[in-house]
Amino acid sequence: MTESTHNTCEGLLGSLSDYIDGELGAELCRQIEKHIAECEDCRIVVDTTRKTIDLVHASNDPQTDLPDDVRSRLFKRLNLDDYLKPSTK
Amino acid sequence: MVETTIKDISIEALRNGDRAEFAQMVDAYSAPIYRLSLRMLGSEQDAEDVLQNTFLSALTHLSNFEGRSSVLTWLYRIAVNEALMILRRGKPEVNIDDHDSSGEHDDIRPTQFVDWGALPEDELLSVEGRQALDHAIQNLPENLRMVFLLRDIQDLSIKDTAEALNLSEANVKVRLLRARLMLREQLSYYYGERMKKEKSND
Repeated sequence: MTESTHNTCEGLLGSLSDYIDGELGAELCRQIEKHIAECEDCRIVVDTTRKTIDLVHASNDPQTDLPDDVRSRLFKRLNLDDYLKPSTK
Repeated sequence: MVETTIKDISIEALRNGDRAEFAQMVDAYSAPIYRLSLRMLGSEQDAEDVLQNTFLSALTHLSNFEGRSSVLTWLYRIAVNEALMILRRGKPEVNIDDHDSSGEHDDIRPTQFVDWGALPEDELLSVEGRQALDHAIQNLPENLRMVFLLRDIQDLSIKDTAEALNLSEANVKVRLLRARLMLREQLSYYYGERMKKEKSND
């Protein structure tokens, strides 16, 4: 990786999250894309960081329900037993 | 996000002591709060304690809810504080308030340049691969892990993450970058080793 000046490896590192999240302006994106076309190490860092976040999302199932026994104890603790059955979901 | 798929919760009804509305809120938000707690603490018992204490605290402090953030963000904030109390029991030095938002990247400069991103999905998400990922997340320092969990796992915006953790948005961004790069680094070691092994088996 090259040393720190803007629009090089160091500059890219600082903007990496924004770039991956699609929050960078077009001009900065263009500069980063130009840089990673020429710098294999940075291309790998960008690709594998993006892949890391994809894997985190893929391995996380947001639809997982609360286990029934945990829900039941929670409602009891909150004195909401009368809303436990039938489920208010 | 979870919130978009559920019926709106009426804050006014909650404040008026409407128990049915409170039960509705508990059902709407208990799963994400429990999942976050489990990720923060790694123990089902501790996660259940945080879950219960979060809603008990919400019930007590409903009058303090100003409506500046969403109900879920507010609950996340309570849950994070409850989880920190448990974490500090074992490690009093745990602190997420330190202002480490310097622009230096020396501690996060990548050292691994293994191109594992093109590995097949089923290999990346194998049981072993998922364990490596969970382990890497668990190994993040507390102050980075909290940010990472809220932003990249619970899918909160930068603004809501900052709100839930009582940090500035700039600070959240710096921590998020560090967390992502640390995870990338750990996964690069892991998949790099696997790629080496596969090569030597050929």
